Amino acid sequence: MKNKSKEVAFAGISVALALILAYAETLLPPLFVAVPGIKMGLPNIVIIFLLYRRGPAFAGAVSFIRIFLVALLFGNAASLIYSICGGIFSFVAMLLLRKMNLFSTVGVSVAGGVMHNVGQILAAAVLLNTEQLGYYLAVLAVSGTVAGVFIGLCGTFLVKRVPEKV
Amino acid sequence: MTEKHRFRNDMILIAVLLLVAFSSIVCYNCFRSTGNTVTVRVDGTDYGVYPLSVNATKDIYSGENGCNLNRLVIRDGKAYIETATCPDGICVAHKPIFRDGESIICLPNRVVVTISTADHTDTPDVIM
Ligand SMILES: [Zn+2]
Repeated sequence: MKNKSKEVAFAGISVALALILAYAETLLPPLFVAVPGIKMGLPNIVIIFLLYRRGPAFAGAVSFIRIFLVALLFGNAASLIYSICGGIFSFVAMLLLRKMNLFSTVGVSVAGGVMHNVGQILAAAVLLNTEQLGYYLAVLAVSGTVAGVFIGLCGTFLVKRVPEKV
Repeated sequence: MTEKHRFRNDMILIAVLLLVAFSSIVCYNCFRSTGNTVTVRVDGTDYGVYPLSVNATKDIYSGENGCNLNRLVIRDGKAYIETATCPDGICVAHKPIFRDGESIICLPNRVVVTISTADHTDTPDVIM
């Protein structure tokens, strides 16, 4: 893609898609009865796809624009702080694993899912002034792993099937 | 690095993560003595301290205008959240806590309920 305005338009569509997925996620019934409310992190499908197709800068830009817009539309100041911390941890982890080239899309996505939760827990540890989030983190590590596998499989499918020229 | 190697690495990563998570949950549950005090904190500041030995139901209000609610129930030496207005419901799903250091955390409402062991459990002037 050489055309600058085409690039911007594609970024816009990506952000829109991520927002739709973020909204769709809030409509889904809880997936795990034992731990309700665990989010799948569906917007991460878009980020993974972009990370593989467009590289870190493009994926990162879309990811953070999405985080701000989601907070603006559905969240508040506290949820923005959680999301930013989660987003940074998740993105850096996925970027590193992608660069290492040791894992498939699934491994990259799992690391992203778990580190997203780690980032959020660390933010909570600071905001809530408590260190006792270990148990919560362990539970979220399990859910992050499961969700990461699903997201990674979706990402693999997209990276393989969506034509190169898109 | 072939497809097969990547798949194997994925599996190792997933196995390690799940192993660490599950073993920390198990360890957490095994090596704790029973506490005697329930401390509630909202937004990082103390909200109330209750003895674990006295059955009680406490409504914890948080957020702007106190519009968020977590109903804390202390019964038979255990504490749990009965109902809550938070969107994720993780705090309600959390099993009852009673061991020293255990806590239930409601991230959306920014409420932390912690079990501790205080020296003076018989002080009558705890906030009830
Ligand atoms: Zn809650």
